[in-house]
Amino acid sequence: MNSTAERPLSPHLTIWKWGPGMTVSILHRLTGGALTVAGLAVLAWWLTAVAGGEASYGEFAKLAQSPAGMIVLVGLTWAFWQHFFSGLRHLVLDTGAGFELKVNRFWAIMTLVGSLLATAITWYLLVGVGK
Amino acid sequence: MSQGESATPLGKVRGLGSAHRGGGHWLEERFTSVVLVVLSLWLLFSLLMLPDLSFGILKEWLSSAWGAIPMTLFVVTAFKHGLDGLKVVVDDYVHDEGNRIALHYLLTMAAIAGGSVALFALAKIVFGPAAA
Repeated sequence: MNSTAERPLSPHLTIWKWGPGMTVSILHRLTGGALTVAGLAVLAWWLTAVAGGEASYGEFAKLAQSPAGMIVLVGLTWAFWQHFFSGLRHLVLDTGAGFELKVNRFWAIMTLVGSLLATAITWYLLVGVGK
Repeated sequence: MSQGESATPLGKVRGLGSAHRGGGHWLEERFTSVVLVVLSLWLLFSLLMLPDLSFGILKEWLSSAWGAIPMTLFVVTAFKHGLDGLKVVVDDYVHDEGNRIALHYLLTMAAIAGGSVALFALAKIVFGPAAA
């Protein structure tokens, strides 16, 4: 093959527009990474704090309720719901369904709406019952 | 690669496609994801149903079979699923085969270490002295 030949490239490689499907796709990866690295660290830390007794759990709870701790926990809650809804969408897509342009776009947007709503409801319930 | 006529479609996809690997990994990741749908909702609803998240309540809940057994399954499945996901990220962005394998080793060790810390803590909660 002559590598110096000026061959035309398929236009789809250079002409494209950012869409909800791409946003949800990269968010799935980012939230999955965050949940694995930060989420599982918090899970192990939380269990270790409970295992350490009342005083060690008190320290964990104090940190968790600090502004920085709350940002991390609310962030992880959103990451969880986004990955959850996006993951359910992927399981449907794995069957070969839901690739029609409008359907695909609709459910991509719905995972974004759903994760924000579910995060709000989760924290409303957590704070609402005085935990 | 010749597999003969008798190879089933599933057998072909389990690590024997053009990429030589990945099919089995893909299926496992789907399996753990379905399990996690159930277990993560269990964890969330359990936390929401507890009267509060104080030490005594958590200790009692995690010490019970209803807390400890699903939590054990959640820890194992979540670390496995997270590891599978990060391995795919490495496969996508690390093109040098040596680095790729080294990173897989490191991720696997980190996941087993992290999971062991969580499971040891849980065992300590369950089998340790009762809450004061």
